[in-house]
This record gives sequence, structure tokens and C-alpha cells, in this order.
Amino acid sequence: MKLFKNLLDSVKPHFEEGGKLEKYYPVYDGFATFLFTPGHTAHSGAHVRDAIDLKRTMVTVIFAMVPALLFGMWNAGNLHYSALGLAESMTFMDKFLWGAIKIVPMVVVSYAVGLGVEFIFCIIKKHQIQEGFLVSGMLIPLIMPIDIPLWMLAISVVFAVVIGKEVFGGTGMNILNPALTARAFAFFAYPSYMSGDKVWINTSTAEGQSVVDGFSGATVLGDLATSGTTQYSVMDMFLGFIPGSVGETSTLAILIGAIVLIWTGIGSWRIMLSGVIGAVVMGLIFNTFAEYAISPEQQAFMAVPFWQQLIMGGFAFGIVFMATDPVSAAQTQRGKWIYGFLVGFFAIMIRVFNPAYPEGIMLAILFMNVMAPLIDHYVIQANINKRKKRLATVKAA
Amino acid sequence: MQELINIFVKSIFVENMIFAYFLGMCSYLAVSKKVSTGVGLGAAVIFVLGITVPVNYLLENYVLKEGALSWLGPQFAEVDLSFLSFIMFIAVIASMVQLVEMIVEKFAPALYSALGIFLPLIAVNCSILGGSLFMQERNYNSIGEATVFGLGSGVGWFLAIVAIAAIREKIRYSNIPAPLRGLGITFIVTGLMGIAFMAFMGIKL
Repeated sequence: MKLFKNLLDSVKPHFEEGGKLEKYYPVYDGFATFLFTPGHTAHSGAHVRDAIDLKRTMVTVIFAMVPALLFGMWNAGNLHYSALGLAESMTFMDKFLWGAIKIVPMVVVSYAVGLGVEFIFCIIKKHQIQEGFLVSGMLIPLIMPIDIPLWMLAISVVFAVVIGKEVFGGTGMNILNPALTARAFAFFAYPSYMSGDKVWINTSTAEGQSVVDGFSGATVLGDLATSGTTQYSVMDMFLGFIPGSVGETSTLAILIGAIVLIWTGIGSWRIMLSGVIGAVVMGLIFNTFAEYAISPEQQAFMAVPFWQQLIMGGFAFGIVFMATDPVSAAQTQRGKWIYGFLVGFFAIMIRVFNPAYPEGIMLAILFMNVMAPLIDHYVIQANINKRKKRLATVKAA
Repeated sequence: MQELINIFVKSIFVENMIFAYFLGMCSYLAVSKKVSTGVGLGAAVIFVLGITVPVNYLLENYVLKEGALSWLGPQFAEVDLSFLSFIMFIAVIASMVQLVEMIVEKFAPALYSALGIFLPLIAVNCSILGGSLFMQERNYNSIGEATVFGLGSGVGWFLAIVAIAAIREKIRYSNIPAPLRGLGITFIVTGLMGIAFMAFMGIKL
């Protein structure tokens, strides 16, 4: 650490006022505060002294995502070798390394492009670097299919950072979750790379290898939507040995992340809990009314036990890491209950009812992001009315 | 019954006037600065759509359509007045808007002054005429379906304007780049909301 400190101190004069790199002070400041607690304090007003700041918050979320990321690497390799019929002969490390070679570039591209755009905006707008992208940059690779071309990933990141965030004034002011904006952009702009049954497992073959007979690359939800059945067991779905976006498959790894987020108080347990309740309610409604389905496939899908809906697809990942985004979610406590409930409710509804999208959590969260300010508005209004009434009774008495 | 629910839900979410057809944008952009005025104008649009679409449905089916006048006598079976539909629809809409204007002025003067010119302008709001024309194009089977469609479209428009008004209240103090302040950012928000509303595209009940 001493080495970094000396290095930073030695280049600092160049970036301060009057130095030749004055324009790039935000870049210096971003790196310096990433490593060390900033030395400057406010000159007036009330001070809150707390070790946690935006950067530490973001880094905690990244730690919470690490289990899902590592599992995603292994799972990508495992699925790849399973598709080639080599799963038995490959070691744990082979699979993990194969996945890492595919996924690390995605993470690097996401961070490089996203932070690059952020740096440009900082220098133009002359404000400090905002750390909001630290989490988005990790989330974006985790919610993309393994086979997405890196340039598509880069364009999606640029769209999310510029249109989704910077035009609103940067971190903390966006209305939609930037990571989901990136995914929705890619989803609607390049649908053939983002959905279907070809993109979730890499089946590139080297010499002498071939894809096994009867191989199917469809996700659990894709299977259920087209045929009403799936080849994967409940345990597979819970542990995550299923095709899907990089980080979304393992409910277990996500639960570890959820515990970290709730324990540190960074993710809102209200949203997670109410989201699960919403999904369970919708699942139970479907279970009850399955006989009214319009097709036998849909009937089988609706009859899937409600608790299994929670471990399929991206529901767990979305509700833990995306719905709890403190910026785009509802801000009031009661609003969070309503918001989370509706996210879960719509996610399962879109998933089962909408043949256009096999997975519903992405658009459910985006839709509720749009509605969140309205929920807050009415929660606050209700509170004002309640207090007015109370005041009136106090005055009368 | 199921058909009615289907039309209602579809016209709110799937075929939303704002996010699927981008109709009625002018008042949507102009009167969405505050939630309270948004609610007022949204309610007025629900009311006008809920009345004009069924009235125009009757007009269409008993006066304008080819053979619609046959209830007068067999000699009218060949008459086709559908070339008059635009002007007739607009006449109905304009008179309904007059009615709404009088009611609002009488019972909610504060809202009346807040809505200003946009209340009479509902008469030329594209989503209102659009509602009647969609009704004509889609050949609804009964006046019940037409009413439900009108109300549903109104509710969809209401939802859109209230949601964007809440968002605009929220971003009022955001550090938005100067060239985008005001309408610019509203257009971008509308586009992003359109992406979110695509969640419901393709749903069949």
C-alpha cells in the first residue's frame, strides 16, 4: 500500500490546479479515493463521520456477486463440455478455466467501456468520478448469455451509461437500472443473440470433438414455454447446473450474495421478501387456475409448483441484485413493499403468459422502475394526509 | 366476459396509446410536470374516451357504415356514408369536450386553470380520435366491447401521464446536462418507458 501511496503523492501535483494535467483531476481523484480514504473534508455544516461511502457500498455489492460469478465460470465450462460429451473426462479446473477464459473478457470489456465513458463525462462536466458503474459493470456480464459478441456487449454498455444514466445527471439520478437497460437494449436490438436455445451454451468444437446426439441448449423456461416439461431436476435448478445467463443460474450462489447484502444492510430485505411473496402469490394463482389455460403447454407451465418458479431462470438474481438497486427502486419503506411485490408478481405473470419472452424478471423490474416514483408519490401523499388528519383531531381535542 | 377483460387489459398495457402508438403526445408532454394536473387531465381523457368511443360506435353502425341505414327502410340498404366518419367523429368529440370543460370549470376551478388550454385541446388530442378510429378499424362486436376499449385506452393514457409526471417530479433536481433539460429529457424518459412497457407486448389472455 505504501508503494501506491507514494506513487499517488508523487503524481498529485500534476493534477492539482495549475498542473499540466489539471483537466484530468477527476481521473486521479477516482483512483486515489478507490485505494485510500480521501483526506479532504467539508468546510462547514454538519458532518457525518462514517467509514462507509458510495465506493465501499459498491464494493460490498461486488463481493456479494462473486459467488455467482465464480459459479457462472465453472457452469459455463461444465455445460460446454457436457454438450460435447466430455463432462466426465474433464477436471474441475479444466471447466473452470474454460469458463474464465470466456467470461473474464466480458467483465474487462464491460468495465473498460463503461468506466471510459464515465471518465469522459467527468472530464467534460468537471465533476468527480461517480462510482455507480462499479456494480453495473459487474452485473452486465452476469446477465448476458455466454456467447454474446464482445462488441455487442460494448454497445449495450455505452447505451446504458449514456442514455440510461449520464443524461439524467449521473449516478443516483437515473430512473431505470443501468444494467437492465443494457440488457433490454441488447435484447431488443440483437434478439437472435439474446434469446432462443442456441446462445446459452457454447458449442464450439475443436478438432476431433463433436456435439452429442440429442443435445438441447434451451433454458428451463424456454423448455417450459414450448413443451411444458423440462429435462432438469429441481436440485439442478437450485444448484444451478442449467443453461442461462452467466450469473443467474445458481440460486444457491445468489442466496449467499443475498445474505451478504441483507447482513450489511445494503440490499433492502423488504424488496427481496415482498418480491418473493409476489412471485409466490402469482405462482399460487397459476396453480389454482391452471385448468383454464389456453393450450396444454401453458397448462403444464401454469401447473409448475409455485416454489419452483422461484429457482428457475433469472428470478432470484433479479430480485436480489437488480430490484434492490437503491436508486431506481421505490424510496419509501411502504413503497418498497408494494414495489417488490409487484416485481415478483409481474415477473411470473410475464414469464407464463407472454409467449414473446420466456423470462419476465428483466421487464418486470424495468416496468416497476418506471412506476416506482408514482408509488412513492402516493405513499408520501397518504402519509401527509394521515398526519393532517391527526393534527386536526389533536387541535379539535 | 373474458373477451371484455381481454380487451380492457390489452388496451391498457399491450396497446397503450402512448407507448405503443405514441398518440396524444402533445398534452402528455406539456401537462406532465406535476402529478396532480396529470391526474386531472388523465381523468378527463378517460371520461372523453369512455363516452365518445361508444357514441361513435353507434354512429358508425347505425348511420355511417355501408348498409347501416337499412333500419330506416330497404331503400337505404345501399347507402354508404363512411366518407363522413372523420367529420362526424370529430363533431361528437368536440361536443363531449365542451361538456367536460363545463363540468370541470364548475366543480374544479383550480384544476381548470391548471389545465389551461389543454382541456379544450383534448378535442384535437390524437388519442381521442385515434380511439374512435381504432374502434372503427377493429370492428368490435358490441357496444359493450367498444365502451370497454374506450375506457381501457383512457386508463392506459392516464397511467402513462401519471407515471411520467411522477418521474418528472423526481428528476426535477437532477443534474441533467443543460441542452436536455425540460422536453429533451422527457422524450428520452418516454422512450425508456416504452422499453419497459414492451414487457406486455404479445400477451394473450
